[in-house]
Amino acid sequence: MQPNNKRHVSLPLTPLSSYHRTLPEMKALILVGGYGTRLRPLTLTQPKPLVEFANKPMMLHQMEALAAVGVDTVVLAVSYRAEQLEAEMTVHADRLGVKLIFSLEEEPLGTAGPLALARKHLEGDDPFFVLNSDVICDFPFKQMVEFHKQHGKEGTIAVTKVEEPSKYGVVVFKEDGKIDDFVEKPQEYVGNKINAGLYIFNSAILDRIPLKPTSIEKEIFPQMAASGNLYAYVLPGFWMDVGQPKDFLKGMSLFLNHVQTTRTEQLATGPNIHGTATIRGSVLVDPSATVGENCVIGPDVVIGPRVQIEGGVRIQHSTILSDSTVGNYSWVSGSIIGRECHIGSWVRMENVCVLGDDVVVKDEVYLNEASVLPHKVIAVNVPSKDIIM
Amino acid sequence: MSFKAVVLVGGPQKGTRFRPLSLQLPKPLFPIAGVPLIEHHIDQLCQLSGLSEILLLGFFPTDLFTEFIDRCQKTYRVSIKYLEEPNPLGTAGGLVSFKNTILSGDPDAVFVINADVCGDLPIEDMGAKIDSISGSSMLMLTTEATRQQSINFGSVVTDSNGKVVHYVDKPTTFVSTNISCGVYLMKTEVIRQLDLPLNGDGIWLETDVLPQLAASGNLYALHTTRWWSQTKTAAAVLYANRHYLRLYKKRYAARLCKNGAQIIGDVFIDPSAKVHPTAKIGPNVSIGPNSVIGKGVRIKESIILPEAVIEENACVLQSVIGWRSVVGVWARIEGIPLEPNPNVPFAKMDNKPLFLPDGRLTPSLTILGSDVSVAPETIILNCVVLPYKELTCSYKNQIIL
Repeated sequence: MQPNNKRHVSLPLTPLSSYHRTLPEMKALILVGGYGTRLRPLTLTQPKPLVEFANKPMMLHQMEALAAVGVDTVVLAVSYRAEQLEAEMTVHADRLGVKLIFSLEEEPLGTAGPLALARKHLEGDDPFFVLNSDVICDFPFKQMVEFHKQHGKEGTIAVTKVEEPSKYGVVVFKEDGKIDDFVEKPQEYVGNKINAGLYIFNSAILDRIPLKPTSIEKEIFPQMAASGNLYAYVLPGFWMDVGQPKDFLKGMSLFLNHVQTTRTEQLATGPNIHGTATIRGSVLVDPSATVGENCVIGPDVVIGPRVQIEGGVRIQHSTILSDSTVGNYSWVSGSIIGRECHIGSWVRMENVCVLGDDVVVKDEVYLNEASVLPHKVIAVNVPSKDIIM
Repeated sequence: MSFKAVVLVGGPQKGTRFRPLSLQLPKPLFPIAGVPLIEHHIDQLCQLSGLSEILLLGFFPTDLFTEFIDRCQKTYRVSIKYLEEPNPLGTAGGLVSFKNTILSGDPDAVFVINADVCGDLPIEDMGAKIDSISGSSMLMLTTEATRQQSINFGSVVTDSNGKVVHYVDKPTTFVSTNISCGVYLMKTEVIRQLDLPLNGDGIWLETDVLPQLAASGNLYALHTTRWWSQTKTAAAVLYANRHYLRLYKKRYAARLCKNGAQIIGDVFIDPSAKVHPTAKIGPNVSIGPNSVIGKGVRIKESIILPEAVIEENACVLQSVIGWRSVVGVWARIEGIPLEPNPNVPFAKMDNKPLFLPDGRLTPSLTILGSDVSVAPETIILNCVVLPYKELTCSYKNQIIL
């Protein structure tokens, strides 16, 4: 066993003092939207922005990155009220020194309408950010702002490279970034960059958006592009929309890999990881979690706070959310285990199993592509794709 | 009374539904609860006082049985011989061919048992009963089946004295819920009178001998409610394994394992097997000689054949692991048990065909033939794997040739 194999990443909540306010104070709007149905059953018991991605609420990844570049006001555009979300995000915002505003839509306003609704919070001489809340990447906001200021036009869209552009809306742009066209699900190759869901706009855009249901992608961007007012900023590094379980896990792998290669100082050996356990590749273990003897964990695993992994357990490509236990000799691959779950011994879970909170899986059960709603007890195999209500 | 016994062991052309477990070993020697299938019959026959000899009759080459017979003769202190039939001439053909050998020493009656049945056979009761009925020339063991399943067996109609008034093999429509168990006790004159037809065809107990005896009024039945089943298909072995392990509690309690690992229910572990103390084994598991069971292994409702290796943290459920097969770390071998419907009285095992009408494999036990290796961390679910395969990824619902 090589000692330098046994390392894991620890991502403490970054204290406010470490942020360098490099830009004049800016504002941001995060499109939170509705109930996060695509990420069910994880979102049945908590609002999607609070679901922990790499041991940190999904939205906090964006909030911290915004705070780091000097954003002092964040508007959360929500279509339903969630006290839990407001309470928890307010705590984080206070820590980060960010003013948090909840902008509630009475009726769904699409992807552009919320900007009109929050107009009074966004207006001003400085450009502002607009983010889709499901996006995970390295958030190179500083470079984005510089790019935006350099071209000096109304808007900047971050774009990212994809393998199969035919599944997405492709952004066609010139070498300097000026966008010519948007092609939805192209039949033949026009480019391989798609909208990454991160924008910077000048206040002028607000004059283009009526206070009614409006799509920013379909109705606003094409007219901005037509007048030469929209530029594409190519995101360096990884990007993923983590709004559904499969992509959540893919995004987790990309994120962990990114952390491992760029922030090596955060690699550490936890005192609660048994000496005989092996950690392979990028693994993030909360310091309060325990990993038992002869476990083999990784690659691409996130183990949340107070999680207990018993002996002889094998986990790969998975997220175990807080306060769950995984029993002896179990095998978990490509799955998300919700909070306070109890996984028995000799359990096998694979192919994007998603367990809601407080699910009990009995000994020796096999789960394949199972989505299990919260508070269920699973005592028989789920051998093929199924939703356990 | 003095008795002999004949066990009809068949030949390599028979027992094909038992593949892949019969590819390298004659099916009658397949170990169930750690003991070859026909040794259970030999053991039960040897409980009978007055038994002078057991004859194994079949078309396998004689040398396949030599070692087995040597060992059993020592263990059970009874004469055992293998008689190789020159050519298959029906289920009663061997009785004709070896009539002189069978009748030598002049026994009063001869047990004839099909090797592919299993059960808690009331051998002594049969011996006592044939003695008590004057004028009987043959006694057959019967048991109860459901109406639907009875037509897959020999159907038997008896009067209130146990006399068989009608016998028909596998009728197309329902005749009787009493079925023949494939266990017979014949007075010597029955065997003496058996003869091959002049046209050169064989002679069958089920279609030639029994219907005729029933018509003559000399055939009697002994009805049993004890456990009885068939071992025609490979899928039937786990059901038989479970019951033979249960029977050990009565007569061979010492064969059941109590410690050395976390033991649940009835478990047989050969003393030469190496089992890690953290393994959790049972219920209804048999582990053969020189096999190795690693740390944190879970085995339930399964047979592990000799010299198989189950590596750390692996999980084996409702499966048969072949001779010298290796199951890698964290692998999971799992099947679906085939059992008589527990909600129907007198239900028997269905000998289901390998494929469903729509072409899919009938979900069944997972069976690894001999010398199969399963890669670490894979799952083999409801598969039949032929010998010498190296499985490097997961498989489900397949026959792997």
